[in-house]
Amino acid sequence: MTYRISVSSKVDDGRARVFLRTLQNAFPKSGLTATSFVQVYAIDAELTPEQAQEAAERFTDPLIESYGIGEIPLPREYTFAIEIGFLPGVTDNVGHTAREMIEDLTGRTFVQGEDVYTSGVLFLRGEVSAREAEGFARELHNPLIERASVFARGDMIPLVVPKVRLGQTPAADIVDLEVSDAVLMRISKEGIAGRGPLALPLASMRAIRDHFKRLGRKPTDIELESLAQTWSEHCKHTIFADPIDEVREGIYRRYIKGATKKIRKMKGRKDFCASVFTDNAGAIAFDKDYLVTHKVETHNSPSGLDPFGGSVTAIVGVNRDCLGFGLGAKPIANTYGFCVGNPLDQREFYRDESRTKSLLPARRILEGVVKGINVGGNQSGIPTPLGFIVVDDSYRGKPLVFGGTVGLIPRRLPRTALGSKKKIALGKRAYEKRARPGDLVVMLGGRVGLDGIHGATFSSVELSKGSPATAVQIGDPITQKKFSDALVREARDRALYTSITDNGAGGLSGSVGEMARESGGCEIALEQVPLKYPGLAPWQIWLSESQERMTLAVPAKKWPELKALFESRDVEATAIGRFTDSGRVVVRHHDKIVLDLSLDFLHDGRPVHKQKSKKPRKGKMRRAPQAPAASFGNSLLKLLACPSVGSTSFVAQQYDHEVLGSSVTKPLQGRGLVNADAAVIEPLASSAKGVVLSHGYAPWYSQLDTYAMAAASIDTAVRNAVCAGAHRDHLAILDNFCWSSSDTPERLYELKEAARACYDTAVAHGVPFISGKDSMFNDFRGFGAQGDAVHIAALPTLLISAIGVMPDASKAMTLDFKRPGDLLYLVGETHDELGASAYYAVRDARGGVVPQVFARKNAKAYDALTKAIDAGLVASAIGLSRGGLSVALAKSSIAGQLGARIDITKAAKKLPAEAFLFSESQGRMLVSVRPDACKRFEQRFKGVPFARIGEVVAEPMFSVTHSEGSIELPLAALADAYRSFFKNW
Amino acid sequence: MRKPSVIILSGYGLNTEEETKTAFELAGARARIVHINDLIARPSLLDATQIAVVPGGFSYGDDTGSGNAYGNRLKQHLGRTLERFLARDTLMLGICNGFQILTKAGILPGALIANNNARYTCRWADVEVAGESPWLGGITRMSVPIAHGEGKYYAPPAMLAELKKNNAIALAYAEGETARHFGLPFNPNGSLENIAGVTAYDGRVLGLMPHPERAVRFTQLPHWTLVREDYARAGKKLPTKGPGLQLFRNAVKYFA
Repeated sequence: MTYRISVSSKVDDGRARVFLRTLQNAFPKSGLTATSFVQVYAIDAELTPEQAQEAAERFTDPLIESYGIGEIPLPREYTFAIEIGFLPGVTDNVGHTAREMIEDLTGRTFVQGEDVYTSGVLFLRGEVSAREAEGFARELHNPLIERASVFARGDMIPLVVPKVRLGQTPAADIVDLEVSDAVLMRISKEGIAGRGPLALPLASMRAIRDHFKRLGRKPTDIELESLAQTWSEHCKHTIFADPIDEVREGIYRRYIKGATKKIRKMKGRKDFCASVFTDNAGAIAFDKDYLVTHKVETHNSPSGLDPFGGSVTAIVGVNRDCLGFGLGAKPIANTYGFCVGNPLDQREFYRDESRTKSLLPARRILEGVVKGINVGGNQSGIPTPLGFIVVDDSYRGKPLVFGGTVGLIPRRLPRTALGSKKKIALGKRAYEKRARPGDLVVMLGGRVGLDGIHGATFSSVELSKGSPATAVQIGDPITQKKFSDALVREARDRALYTSITDNGAGGLSGSVGEMARESGGCEIALEQVPLKYPGLAPWQIWLSESQERMTLAVPAKKWPELKALFESRDVEATAIGRFTDSGRVVVRHHDKIVLDLSLDFLHDGRPVHKQKSKKPRKGKMRRAPQAPAASFGNSLLKLLACPSVGSTSFVAQQYDHEVLGSSVTKPLQGRGLVNADAAVIEPLASSAKGVVLSHGYAPWYSQLDTYAMAAASIDTAVRNAVCAGAHRDHLAILDNFCWSSSDTPERLYELKEAARACYDTAVAHGVPFISGKDSMFNDFRGFGAQGDAVHIAALPTLLISAIGVMPDASKAMTLDFKRPGDLLYLVGETHDELGASAYYAVRDARGGVVPQVFARKNAKAYDALTKAIDAGLVASAIGLSRGGLSVALAKSSIAGQLGARIDITKAAKKLPAEAFLFSESQGRMLVSVRPDACKRFEQRFKGVPFARIGEVVAEPMFSVTHSEGSIELPLAALADAYRSFFKNW
Repeated sequence: MRKPSVIILSGYGLNTEEETKTAFELAGARARIVHINDLIARPSLLDATQIAVVPGGFSYGDDTGSGNAYGNRLKQHLGRTLERFLARDTLMLGICNGFQILTKAGILPGALIANNNARYTCRWADVEVAGESPWLGGITRMSVPIAHGEGKYYAPPAMLAELKKNNAIALAYAEGETARHFGLPFNPNGSLENIAGVTAYDGRVLGLMPHPERAVRFTQLPHWTLVREDYARAGKKLPTKGPGLQLFRNAVKYFA
């Protein structure tokens, strides 16, 4: 029996208001005047009419809502109605909760096939044409995951039950690889029987063919899919791992791991690294009892298709990397970063030549990714103290969505279980794990559907028309929150499992395949895996990236206790096999062996690919002629109005940064609420120590020099952290490379150069890499509005995320000017480095050189600042980055809502004023100091270049005297410009 | 002083139980976090408890309305237990999502609907004490963070009149230190008559949207680095406590 329950608001309805605002913004000329909204629940389950009525009552708060059962009640006045619901199989979180409420009400669990499906009906009022209504529907839904229908006034709205019906026989197919190279490559590109790309190079396809030839049998589809996942660029980081030119050990081993190794050796007993590169996150010491972990992931390709779902998954996915560190770290902070096209860009792009599959507009991509981290982060109860937005046309084809999670984990498990005298595991190390032969393979969390199949291989290729819709998943943060609580508060400390990892890329094939290496093998019974709906083929169950799942290794004698614990927390835990020491991964489906691969071949059978790079030809260009001095003020206002420089406060204000009560410095600082590039949190109520987080990025410099880009990214991250109070001797970094066209020798050369800069700069600063990730094909190949072929390649981008520990969080520093009369210091040297600067971008000028990093020199300046901050001599500090000195001055002024009187004529020496004001030279900081502390402050900067350049004033005026004149601007003009770009977001 | 015993509920997406526990412990109480399913399995846990708290969070992801699913679960399985608990001289607190849950469970009057800006909003706000409650003794004003999408208080006219008559409007948003400092509207969500919190059971049950448990430490304040400068210049020692702590101290004092 199917019931349809409709709930409508009796009072002012926020959802209707959001729809109205969205539509009026997107269609300013339409005659739409009002909307009303009805939430619809289609219940496909055996219920009595009385139970259905009781369910309706529970879905409704009678004070503010009313309900109907059956036909959707139509309002008296409206012109059109739009119903939007999910496509079959798409995660429906509200439906999930409604189902749990009905189960709670009836005391009966739904059987397979029963479910609740939700949709929303929006009634439009005002003069709206049918065509406009169709346009509204397109604006409001994403056809990859949702359906939308438009109904004229008075039309009946039919009941839709989007049940998944798979008409296939769930068995494993045999694949014939004894075919020509051309056919092998077609299988790799289009997949087995066109199921979606395996994305393997010919050499790998041949290696698989030869392997099975030696075995004397043909591979099954699940074997081939499993190998493609495991060998994918996404999982094995082939470009970073394989030899390139003279770097035989690959750039990852030489430059990234190599830097960490060298730094740890240099540090000796002062080494604070606890776990680097081997686990799902990196970890450093917090204090004698705890470690802090950090991991940053990207989720670019899915976010291009479904920005909201892609971004929710980015954040809840990286939360699981934290939960999957050691025996489980507790997530304590999230970070985000969005590199997107200009949201004002109206150009249309298509994935196919016939122009039926369009890319979402740039504005909707940004709206969607912002909302994704809102839902994913806020619902998970993890604070988001730090993030950024970069806007550049090169991200129009494929956005970059970064999600990071910081975790806290005790070094050792407790000696006794909470509230019991039973000795458990006697203080076993919590940051190490190992599945043992005989342990059960346990899948925890959500059920398995078709979601996200081919995610790992898909993210290893370009976004094009063949991109599979099933590559999109929608996160369910609450399901994850339920097991997250139970894991890190209960199961871990009772030592109920020996190993844990996240089900991310490649699903079970990835997680089980990885953990099997710890014990030496595994045997899986796929029919035990709980499914969302019947009919999944073995390869689909094995590869599905359905979200909110972890895999545990559970000793058989602990299994009943673990199962009971998770049951009591309403979390599904299922034993699906055993770890072994057979050296093989064996997968059965109803007693039939469908996969039988040696661990050696699975993990190490991939042929090494020798890569060759080639230096790209880039002519040097002289710097653009100087602009007239009279234009500087206007240029500053333009800089502040840039989306990559100006305020993104609308994001920070909708991301909870106060939850857990750990916030020390806020994402928006000072009276003027200016975005900070670092944040300090105090994770333990019992400790005064603070954790400092910061970011550094400079993708613009890649236009001229990727070495300089990478060096600046690291130097900036270190500088931002130091300005917030971090100590360089307890600071680590993470690298996220997002490259494009990485199969061309020129881009590989640029990659190698960037990696070399990583080594040089990290070693000079003594900041070790502890974790990293790369995404190599951020390209879009498609078609423009006229059907013209288009290739958009993301700027080679490196995000550096820093994490440090400061001994006393109450020394934390913010960027806002504090009091009039405070003196302003510019620390560091300025050079004529306007190449690829934000200033040149607003002037539309070319040429010049990009900022170089003199890390050892900079390090000295950073350490001096650290000492001054710790001595309580600093009132504010901000690192100079995009926009240079002028923007830093403006930001601190706006933040403090105080004016500044600056004179740079002396400090600039022979440098032209334009370069001094706008150059993005690295290693510089703007610091304000109360007058009576100046002398002591200056003493700490002996041997470091610094200049006193002015003072903070009460009058709301911003004045900068330079050799060619002066900039005079009211503070309000700066603040207005700074807040202008995203003002109405 | 005898330490009162506090139970803070958890589960299904509640997420501020840990800082709430910290705040109660700072104030001198014994607090423990109990999963709602454990309380359903052993309702007697409440018998030896003086203070019950439904903390903030995102129970059931706000699906079917914020606090609705958890509120229904509470009512169905623990309705009688809570009635018995409240029949004794006990205290109860609902913070943010906990407030929403207590309204849906029928323990507190009114409803919380979408903010005027129709968006989840995280910022600081100032409240002044409008009603009488054991939770609020000695507090006239305090600055506290809010973090919610559905925090706009609503009650139909008759209910509102009743609330006023009973002195049950506990807290109201008011122009104060942080709103002035940041130049933000003092009513952050469009709440009816600026209502930020209400009481029932003679003030013993308090529900509020702001988070006093995130304002117990000086370095949690949004402008503490500026205040630090003033202290440094005046040669004074930095404070360590925040304004929200008093609320928890009051609860402890009630049982002293």
